[in-house]
Amino acid sequence: MTVLACIALPLLAPVLITAMRRWPNPREAITLLTSVGLLLLVSSLHDAVLHGSRPAIDLLEPLPGLKIGFEVEPLGLLFALLASFLWVVTSVYSIGYLRSLNEWHQTSFYCFFAMALGSTMGIAFAGNLFTLFIFYELLTLSTYPLVTHAGTAAATFAGRMYLGYLLGTSVILLLLALIWTWTLAGTLDFRSGGILEGIVTPGVAGILLILFIFGIGKAALIPFHLWLPAAMVAPTPVSALLHAVAVVKAGVFTVLKVAVYLFGIDFLAEIPATQWLMYVAATTLLLAALVALRQDNLKLRLAWSTISQLSYIVLGALLATPLGIVGGGMHIVTHAFAKITLFFCAGAILVATQKTRISEMHGLGRRMPITMGAFFIASLSIIGLPPLGGFWSKWFLALGTLDTQQYLMLGVLLAGSMLNVAYLLPIPMRAFFSREPGNPGDSGLQEAPSACVAALLVTTAACVVLFFFPDPVYRLLQLLVQG
Amino acid sequence: MLSTHLPALQVVLPLASAPVCLLLRHPRHAWACALTISWLVLAIAVMLVQQVAATGTISYAIGAWATPWGIEYRIDMAGALMILVVATIGAVVLPFAGRSIQQEIRKKHSGLFYTCFLLCLAGLLGIVVTGDAFNLFVFLEISSLSSYVLISLGCTRRALTAAFQYLVMGTIGATFILIGVGLLYMLTGTLNMVDISQRLTEVADTRTIRVAFAFVTVGVSIKLALFPLHLWLPNAYTFAPSVVSAFFAATATKVGIYVLLRLFFTVFGIGFSFVAMHVGEIMMLLAAAAMMVASLVAIFQNNVKRMLAYSSVAQIGYIILGISLASRDGVAAGMIHLFNHALIKCALFLSLGCIFLRLGSVELQDMRGLAKRMPWTMAAFVAGGLSLIGLPLTSGFISKWYLVGAALTDGYWPLAVLILLSSLLALIYIWRVVETAYFQVPGAGMPLVKEAPASMLIPAWLLIGANFYIGVDASLVSGIAHQAAGILIEQGVR
Repeated sequence: MTVLACIALPLLAPVLITAMRRWPNPREAITLLTSVGLLLLVSSLHDAVLHGSRPAIDLLEPLPGLKIGFEVEPLGLLFALLASFLWVVTSVYSIGYLRSLNEWHQTSFYCFFAMALGSTMGIAFAGNLFTLFIFYELLTLSTYPLVTHAGTAAATFAGRMYLGYLLGTSVILLLLALIWTWTLAGTLDFRSGGILEGIVTPGVAGILLILFIFGIGKAALIPFHLWLPAAMVAPTPVSALLHAVAVVKAGVFTVLKVAVYLFGIDFLAEIPATQWLMYVAATTLLLAALVALRQDNLKLRLAWSTISQLSYIVLGALLATPLGIVGGGMHIVTHAFAKITLFFCAGAILVATQKTRISEMHGLGRRMPITMGAFFIASLSIIGLPPLGGFWSKWFLALGTLDTQQYLMLGVLLAGSMLNVAYLLPIPMRAFFSREPGNPGDSGLQEAPSACVAALLVTTAACVVLFFFPDPVYRLLQLLVQG
Repeated sequence: MLSTHLPALQVVLPLASAPVCLLLRHPRHAWACALTISWLVLAIAVMLVQQVAATGTISYAIGAWATPWGIEYRIDMAGALMILVVATIGAVVLPFAGRSIQQEIRKKHSGLFYTCFLLCLAGLLGIVVTGDAFNLFVFLEISSLSSYVLISLGCTRRALTAAFQYLVMGTIGATFILIGVGLLYMLTGTLNMVDISQRLTEVADTRTIRVAFAFVTVGVSIKLALFPLHLWLPNAYTFAPSVVSAFFAATATKVGIYVLLRLFFTVFGIGFSFVAMHVGEIMMLLAAAAMMVASLVAIFQNNVKRMLAYSSVAQIGYIILGISLASRDGVAAGMIHLFNHALIKCALFLSLGCIFLRLGSVELQDMRGLAKRMPWTMAAFVAGGLSLIGLPLTSGFISKWYLVGAALTDGYWPLAVLILLSSLLALIYIWRVVETAYFQVPGAGMPLVKEAPASMLIPAWLLIGANFYIGVDASLVSGIAHQAAGILIEQGVR
């Protein structure tokens, strides 16, 4: 029942939010209460899952044998915990952000945001691929109004890209893979060890794998990545929670689920296509980082960085070794905290100074020391330096490449980190060490509203905490690879 | 016992009461009469489906003349599904018609409208229940002639040319069917379909039978608007009154497909149709072309009704594709989509009818910013559109699931890709409307319109609700369709 409540709570919250549309304070109170309630609900599942129980419930059966059902397993729980915790933080941040920018249609913003979170919970707890697919599509549809929130021609165009890429890949490639798997295996349940081994040859499984990996457009592999930079026209809280955490992580989460529970790690290693897909992931990783270098718009640079970072996780899954899976799972968490901090900073800068371009950010560190300090720390976490959480994910990914003798991939990982340094660190450097042109004097502090600053401080702190206490995350992932 | 005469009543009731509507001079009285009849027809249809489900195929001899001399009415599972579709759609669109017809048709013609509507309903139901090849032709003509009138009642003058175009094409189709039936009668000496099928084996390997097969196939293909014989359909649907478009899109072409099923499987048999005459390959090719070409054309339409008309041609392609596989799964998938598409397309045309009532136009540029003024109507359109695209939890998804599954099981993976590709094209043409209605601002001088009346919204939303229900629990439809397909395949293999 808790599982159903986790999904139903955010999906039903819009009813109350709409009812309160005339009174902004109670309306935001409902968002906050829902997010806190969701976090508590998801947390209450943690102990049971850690001790080996797998709460499950079947809801409906649209076709014989094809169920809409939910099951809580370690990876899903980890994803749900991550998303629901960050929703609380983002809710606080959104209130400060939307009110100081005086955005329009705030009620519908909060409604669709809650629905997007509900869909994310559905993805996290899906008991089979069919259920996951339903909520995957629901997530696309519920975030579409958020992407087009500005209502401008540019936003409409971005919305078109968003739907075109995400629905296109999922309807043509992913659904084909889904139905094909169904006709071959007769089930779409997630089982540890996979359902495909022994049913198909590695060759056919390779075609299926290619359909799956490219069909999950939310993982943003080249050539299906352009929707993510396009989605940056959305308000910053959307970019922060949805396009750095919920939506994109739903993509790589699905990749990990497919790798572990559909193919099984052992069978995945036997498929020849795995190696080729690894090259695709490596190419995406490096090319997106190179493109990020050339972006002047801060949010766009972060978006390209996200594309690059997602490929770390896909790569981790494709290494088909427990260490790679653990590294990928770790990276879902550590990258989420670091990237959401970076987006919070970008939004804070926009709110406080109306600046969106990196070239305008000279000397900004003097005016916004807290924000730029947080930006610096989060950048270090993305790069993977201790003492920050990002270190662990890169550590396990690197171990995974060594474990499978993929030395080329190790090189790619290291080159990627160098590129991270090159596209992230100049921003705080410029902010702290250069002066604003035409304004040699000290203009005093000019931070964003306290709600925004508080939110980004929490996520920055989490980046540090994750370095010293990675154990809760590690234990869940350990359960995943042990089966 | 009344219940034994239900097959006859199903047809006779609307047929006999049609002229009554002409005598009732007041439009509301005519409407009330037609409405009552359509609901009675639905009640009979439901009872018939229950009978078929309980006792299997029903055979009814008209006037107690024994077959094969008399006319036999024969309803098996596939027929039961069809009468359910036709009767349901009839009963759902008539409440909608009251308000819509009042605005779109001149008052003195409304009696005529309801008469023709009931005649058309009787004709379509007759085609489904009859087991006699010539009787089938008669009912086909009843439904066709009344539909020419219904289309010509549309409020612009172009409705007349559209009706004339349909008349010419439809008559060619009907003539071909008659020639085919004549040739069959010549060689077998019987008109009862089951009887024909039994006697056909001896004469199957003659040129006459092959010619007869070709004539009826082409004739029926015109009626069901199979690409490239669909040319009458876009104009007819665009210029007909809104209710008529909704009714035809859901029933007329679907009944045509049913006739095709009867011919291929019951009369000629799989061995002749699919193995000797290779009709499967031809149909598959045409269906695939319909799915792609008609969807592409739909993207470039600025009249939304015409866009939906082209979409119908594409969706007919899906259904024919399933049938062309000639496997149990394929035929069942085709029939499931036949049912689902009837619901979806009818709901979409009904919501367009609501828009036409208020705006007096269904041109895309007149629909800018409409979602604010008519939120329920546009929401129905979007819901129907999502189902047309085939997103999960809608009935469109169920059809696509079965169709792609059937194609993959038989090893036709390029077809599976085409089906999915075509649903992406559906996304494009539906989303053009969504963007216009939700994101664009109304132009200067556009009328401030209100939401459509409840009498029109409720029928549309009933169908949308049914569509979501099937998306969540398809066991009933899929069960009937698989059973029906099983019977058809069984009859076909001999």
